Amino acid sequence: MTPPGLDTACRLADPDAAYRLLVEAHRGLSDEDSARLNTRLVLILANQVGDPGVLREALALARQAGSAPSVHPSR
Amino acid sequence: MSRRALYQFGYRRTRDQDSAEPARHRVAVVGAGPVGLALAVDLAQRGVEVVLLDDADRIGEGSRGLCYAKRTLEILDRLGVAQACLDKGVVWKLGKVFQGEDLIYAFDLLPEPGHCMPAFVNLQQYYLEHALVERVSALPGIDLRWRNRVTGLDNRPDGVVLEVETPDGPYALRADWVVAADGARSTLRDLAGLDFVGEVFEDRFLIADVTMEIDFPPERRFWFDPPFHAGRSALLHKQPDGMWRVDLQLGPQADPEAEKRPERVIPRIEAMIGHDRFSVDWVSVYSFQCRRIARFVHGRLIFAGDAAHQVSPFGARGANSGIQDAENLAWKLARVLEGTSPASLIDSYDRERSAAADENIGHSTRSTDFIAPRSAQEVRFRDAALALARSTEFGRRMVNSGRLSLPSVYDSPLSTPDAPDDDWQGGCPPGASLPDAPVRGPDGGATWLLRLVGGEETLITFGDPGFDPPDGVRVLRVGPDVVDREGLVATRLGARPGAAILVRPDQHVAARWMRPARDAVARASRRLRGHGEVA
Ligand SMILES: Cc1cc2nc3c(=O)[nH]c(=O)nc-3n(C[C@H](O)[C@H](O)[C@H](O)COP(=O)(O)OP(=O)(O)OC[C@H]3O[C@@H](n4cnc5c(N)ncnc54)[C@H](O)[C@@H]3O)c2cc1C
Repeated sequence: MTPPGLDTACRLADPDAAYRLLVEAHRGLSDEDSARLNTRLVLILANQVGDPGVLREALALARQAGSAPSVHPSR
Repeated sequence: MSRRALYQFGYRRTRDQDSAEPARHRVAVVGAGPVGLALAVDLAQRGVEVVLLDDADRIGEGSRGLCYAKRTLEILDRLGVAQACLDKGVVWKLGKVFQGEDLIYAFDLLPEPGHCMPAFVNLQQYYLEHALVERVSALPGIDLRWRNRVTGLDNRPDGVVLEVETPDGPYALRADWVVAADGARSTLRDLAGLDFVGEVFEDRFLIADVTMEIDFPPERRFWFDPPFHAGRSALLHKQPDGMWRVDLQLGPQADPEAEKRPERVIPRIEAMIGHDRFSVDWVSVYSFQCRRIARFVHGRLIFAGDAAHQVSPFGARGANSGIQDAENLAWKLARVLEGTSPASLIDSYDRERSAAADENIGHSTRSTDFIAPRSAQEVRFRDAALALARSTEFGRRMVNSGRLSLPSVYDSPLSTPDAPDDDWQGGCPPGASLPDAPVRGPDGGATWLLRLVGGEETLITFGDPGFDPPDGVRVLRVGPDVVDREGLVATRLGARPGAAILVRPDQHVAARWMRPARDAVARASRRLRGHGEVA
């Protein structure tokens, strides 16, 4: 059973493939169209999550991760 | 474009104006809006004499409140004015939400039969006020004083002294309790120095009452981004007398004075309805606020209605919640004045109704966020929900064009919690308002549960309880006295034979038992009367 609350362990069998799905969905879109697509996706996923407590934790994580010093990709 | 006053009343000099000392009254209510009027009627029906002061002497300028919800109608029924409202009003229950030209979804507010009152009735506020004023004149015990403007306040531990301005000059009166129902711009709130804080919404809205011939069903229609008013929202509601309420979002930059001029208003309405055969009866430009005072009770001074809390009109909660304030307060004040309950019972008004105000403010704030998004991302969220609403149920549930007013379930010290071994399946928990149902009364006539309960503390039992009720508790026995015509009393209360429900004088449930015992009922009754029983 999954523990209650936000699960930050990897739940994807193939994280690279999932990441790729997201990237592909946005390729070629303007920033505005991308933002709109993401917004719809957020609502769909929020509904899938269902639990407002988990949603709140996810928002907190998103906020906190965004305020951490950014990691620069190595060249 | 301002409408004439529909009803004009006269100022009359009273004896209080010749009295050397401020004349003493038990209750003075300031403000004869829907809330002050409803409260005065409720108090008078409970045998309490009331002085009701209002600074105006007419009603009918601007229609303001429009949709009255089922629970409000049930209260008005007890106050003797629901029939007048139903006769005059437009009953509706279907709401439709459009985006552009497309219907996104429709909702039916009361798909369930077996209620005396409809989900909603649309009625210009002046008709409601007029019905209440007529009722006031028909009842003994209410001294309604027009053109009596309260200008001063001395809030003492044992009562309140009011300074009142009249066409004959000022006078003072003193009341054991004063209820401030003097509206959103409350003078009494200012005189008491209370902060009225909350959220201000910058968007401006044009609100107009338009008379026209149009073949259109009695529905609530809400548009996001309609072709006739691109990029903004619009609302259309039917009212009596061939009148329609038009509500158009104008944006934060709109100039309120300019937008009220006919050369601006008329083309907007023409674009909406597609022709020019209409007349504009009333128009106003609003911005909205959601705010409240921190406490509704300040010693002997009590705030109710818009004077205590204000919401945006999306969801029709202003007058609806104010009338619920009045019903919550009336029986408590009556008992305290009678000396059968301690003054601390009034604190439960503060607790129950300020929680209800928070609930209303919460709903109305969320609706306003949806209708008037404030940033580019808020617009994207709104548009995303609308886009998903076309194909998904969860999307439709997110679309928020106003959540219509439902009565609060009170989390209250007056309620007795369910016994742990009573396993209620649904029904009506303590704190909730009693649902209506068709019944046959003790005289054999077809009637409604809420009519039988009326404004008295009542124990509804399913079958004979097998004990005499405690003092002052009236018993309605379903079976022996009351016929549950369609079995809906039992279904809606989740009650099996032998169960009992104790109902407060405002028709909210105080306690319920699957196997009631006389002493438990007596304890719960004392508790609902404010005699501080701790379980
Ligand atoms: C455009 C619009 C649409 C609305 N639609 C709805 C709706 O559909 N449903 C709904 O439930 N609500 C609606 N409302 C809200 C509703 O109109 C108010 O919530 C309601 O009028 C509040 O009633 P009240 O009695 O508290 O105050 P008011 O109606 O404001 O009455 C206050 C009274 O006090 C008097 N007064 C003021 N100061 C003094 C003084 N110093 N001395 C003596 N008397 C004084 C005033 O003359 C007035 O008669 C709407 C409001 C607006 C503006």
